[in-house]
This record gives sequence, C-alpha cells and structure tokens, in this order.
Amino acid sequence: MFRFIFGRLAVLIPTFLGVSLIAFSFIRLLPGDPVMLMSGERVMSPERHAELMHQLGLDRPMYIQYFDYLAGLLTGDFGSSIVTKRPVLDDFLQLFPATIELSLCAIILAVVLGIPAGVLAAVKRGTWLDQSIMGVALVGYSMPIFWWGLLLIIFFSGYLGWTPVSGRISLMYFFPQVTGFMLIDSLISGQAGAFKSAVTYLILPTIVLATIPLAVIARQTRSAMLEVLGEDYVRTARAKGLSPFRVIGVHALRNAMIPVITTIGLQVGVLLAGAILTETIFSWPGIGKWMVDSVFKRDYAVVQGGLMLIAAVIMIVNLVVDLLYGWVNPRIRH
Amino acid sequence: MSLLEVKNLTVEFQTASGPFRAVDGVSLKVDEGEVLAIVGESGSGKSVSMLAAMGLLPWTAKVTADVLTFNGRDMQAMSDSDRRKIIGKDIAMIFQEPIASLNPCFTVGYQIEEVLRIHTDLSRKARRDRAIELFQSVGIPNPEERLGHFPHQMSGGQCQRVMIATALACNPKLLIADEPTTALDVTIQKQILDLLMKLQAEHGMGLIIITHDMGVVAETADRVIVQYKGRQIEEADVLSLFSAPKSVYTKALLSALPENATGERLPTITEKLTDAEIFAGAVR
Repeated sequence: MFRFIFGRLAVLIPTFLGVSLIAFSFIRLLPGDPVMLMSGERVMSPERHAELMHQLGLDRPMYIQYFDYLAGLLTGDFGSSIVTKRPVLDDFLQLFPATIELSLCAIILAVVLGIPAGVLAAVKRGTWLDQSIMGVALVGYSMPIFWWGLLLIIFFSGYLGWTPVSGRISLMYFFPQVTGFMLIDSLISGQAGAFKSAVTYLILPTIVLATIPLAVIARQTRSAMLEVLGEDYVRTARAKGLSPFRVIGVHALRNAMIPVITTIGLQVGVLLAGAILTETIFSWPGIGKWMVDSVFKRDYAVVQGGLMLIAAVIMIVNLVVDLLYGWVNPRIRH
Repeated sequence: MSLLEVKNLTVEFQTASGPFRAVDGVSLKVDEGEVLAIVGESGSGKSVSMLAAMGLLPWTAKVTADVLTFNGRDMQAMSDSDRRKIIGKDIAMIFQEPIASLNPCFTVGYQIEEVLRIHTDLSRKARRDRAIELFQSVGIPNPEERLGHFPHQMSGGQCQRVMIATALACNPKLLIADEPTTALDVTIQKQILDLLMKLQAEHGMGLIIITHDMGVVAETADRVIVQYKGRQIEEADVLSLFSAPKSVYTKALLSALPENATGERLPTITEKLTDAEIFAGAVR
C-alpha cells in the first residue's frame, strides 16, 4: 500500500513541473503587462514603465524569472500579488474554503442524484423513464453554465423571490471567520437564522455548478451499470435468490462504481473550472473569481501561484481517487 | 411426485425481426437422487429452458408452460419473493464460466456466506464454520485462508469448486449444472465431474447436467434428453441412448463424435440432415 502511494506521489513531481511551466508562460503570452494595466488610462513615459518593470523584477530574462519562481515554490513561497502586495498563499487560503464549500455541495448533489438516476435508467433500459433521464442529462450537459445560472436567477430570485441573487450570506449576519466554511461558521456563531441564510445563498450556485457533473455521472453510471448487469456474476447473484435490491445495489453497483469513481475524480477539475464561471455569476468570493480578476489585471504572481495551488488540489484529489479505486476494485490492490 | 416437473415449456424473445422462439414445447421430469443430462449443440435452448424454469431470464423473455412445478408447488403461480425463497436454497445452479460467475469485488467467503445469510438463521460464526466445512467438502485446501481470497486469486477449477460449495450451502434438493466443465481443462474437468457425482450421491439430490459433451453424459447421467433448436428430439435412459438411439438426429450426433470417426474428416450433422428431417424423426 505504501509502495502504491509512494509510486503515485513520484509521478506528481514531473506533473508539478509541467504545470509550473504552463502557469508561468501562458499568462505572459497575453498582451500587455501589469504595469501598463495599473497605469490605466493615464499616459506613462517609457522610462517610468521601465523603472516599474525593474522594481517588479519583470525586466529580467524569462528563464531567470522562472527559476526564481521555481526556487520560491520549493521553499513554499508562492510570491506576492503585484496589485495588492499580499502573499498569494494567504489570499488562496482565505478564499479557498468558499470554493471548497460550493464545490463539495455541488459534487455531493451530483453524486447523490446522478448515481441513482443512472442506475434507474440502466435498470429500466429502453423505457420512457430511461429516455427521460438521459434526455435531461444530455440537456444539462450541453447547457452553457452562465446562461443556465442567469435563467435560474431570473426565475427563482427575480420572479419567485425564493433565493438571494449573489453573495454567501445575508448582510444582516456578521460573525468571525473560524473555518472559512459559511455553513459551519454560521452554526458556530449561534445566531438565529444565520445557517438558514447561508443555505439559501448556496442553493442556486450549487445547482448551477452541479449540473454538468450530475449529467456526466448519470450517463457514466448508466453505461457502467448496463455493462455490469449483463455479467455472469449478476446472474449468479440472482440464482442465489437475492432480492433485486441486493442484486443491483450491492453486486452490480459495486462493480459499476469502478469507472464511475474515475469519472467523479475527473469532475473535480471540471468543478474548479466551472467554479470560475459560477463564482463570477453569483459574486461568490472564492478562488474562481479571484483568478478571473487577476487575469484581467495581469497579476502574474497570483495567476501562477493560484494555478499551481489549484493543480495541487486536483492532483491530491486524483491521488485519493486512485486509492479509493484500489479499495473498490480488489484486482488492483492485489 | 417428481422434484421438478416441466410440461410444454416455451420461451420467446422479442427481437427486432419479430418474436424468436428459443425453447419450443420442452417437457421433463427429475426425481430426487436422479441425474438427468440435457444435451444438444449451441443454441439448442438447453440453458434457456433451465433459466426459464428458475425464473432467471430477463423480462424480455416470454415464458409459458402447461406445468412448471417444484416439489409439487406451482412455480408460475408463485410471487417473485416466494420464488426467491426456493431459488438458491432448494434449487441451486452452477454455471459455465466459474471465474466470471463469481463477483470480482467480493471475497469468495463473502459470496458463500451471503447465501447462508439470506436463506438460514445461522449466526455469523456458524455461517463461517459452515463455509469452511463446505470448502473442505469440495476439496479446497486451507479453507480458513481461502475464504478471504478474491476470485481473481484463484484458478478456474478452484472457482468452480467455490461455485459448487455455494450451490450446496443450503443442501438443495435439486442442482442444475450448466456446462460445469466446459471452461476447464481436461484433467480439471474430470476432477469437477467426479466431485459433482460424489456430492450428488452423498446428498441424494436431483442433478440436471446441461452439456454438449457426450462423454460427460455417458459418465454421469441416468437419463438423457436430446435437444435441437429449442425442441426436444429424444428422451431415453443413458444405456439405450448410446446403444440404440432412436431418432435420426441422435444417431447423427453420436456418429459425429471424434471417437466414432472412420474417415479422415468428421461427419457433420447438417450435411446429412435437414431441420425437417430432424424434427420428423423426433422420438418423445
């Protein structure tokens, strides 16, 4: 087991180097530089521009900047924002809980609805139920997230007035940040109605962010189940006199979960990418919105550092998925 | 009273080109302690007729029978949950591909104890003891250790022994073995057949062996049913079937055996006989 984990960790090193190179170079491919964007509409003399670039160390050769950045990474220094001067890691740690909270709620919703929907569609293959579930899943998968988010805001927030439009909690409540997770902090604060408020603010962004993973998980579960239901061991399970619930829910589903878990792991990347749009639509103060703002300001350090940290999270999740995979599929373990 | 009695069993599948009749008017009886072999080529409806009798076919199959009783109880009139109390307990079945027939995600111990859990009131400890005892009876060495193994850690022959042990867990009255040795190599085939026959004699249970191997039939069966394209062609006791086959198809089948070959090329049945001739020559 330790060898397995160690082997997986060793693979992370080249991946990490690759990500650092991409994160470093891609933001620099964009036209403009942070100094030009900071000056805005005002005219800046070329001398002043060069002076500021020198101050920020951006006039040095690319490879020196890269190795400097890499050396910082190795000591855990992700650099400081060019705009706010705050350390990237501090901002990330402060904003990340908001993204995790939203992403966790979304993935839980996607799994809790997606797996049963996929199982049901597979068991009722070819019926109107199967076709309806798969039809809805296809629509969900094909829908542009920002448009879907706006539709929901117009209907539920604007027309029905059931949910708030943006933010994480009503302005009526204020309490110190303990964990960074609004649901937990609102409970700890003990203020009446705070938790309920936090929940209502989470509903729409969660639905929007969960839509694509939900559709993908439902479709993957259906196809995995269809394959497994035709297997000999499912027939054996039925020949033992097991109830349909046990045959499908235990014998078939356990095997069908193997590809589904991989899919769920891959959805974490999709979730973080989706969070960028969703957080922007709902003004959700997470890393997605932070990254978008930084790209517009050409805040090199934030974009580089943020990308590295997001990549690290995805890599850790994938490692966990691999371990889980070994747990579900004994053929890998032994 | 017969243990299993089937009269005029018909199974139809709905296909894109209309209904397809996989089993057409099959009738059979098995008594306690009797060994019945059902032989026929691939697609003759041997397995399907037995799966139909157990109620294991998918819902797309339309099963009808004039009589379908087990131990005097009408299986057709029974609710699904009542039938599940009989299947796995009083009627057990083992299949052709032992490795594929065991669930790769669970230990073999879990899979054998599961049957005991749903069909008996045994405690966890008693179930484990019974599983060890069953593994010993089918000749699996180190049963305590083996219970914790997964199917992929065992050979095909060992997996078939696990399947047999699972089938015998609740002392069934009838065991249906669907090509139990086809996927195994020859020496293991012999061991598994010997084991099946030994356990059948010990438990005095009825045994239906589905096979396309005439050698298996000769070695095991009391009575034989020959099927072709879903229809029953001949039913006879094993001695008279081999010494004096009545139907043209059975004669052709026996002459197609490699050990009966006289020329360089093996005779084939379809070269000599049309379907009409085969069905016209059926003896029931």
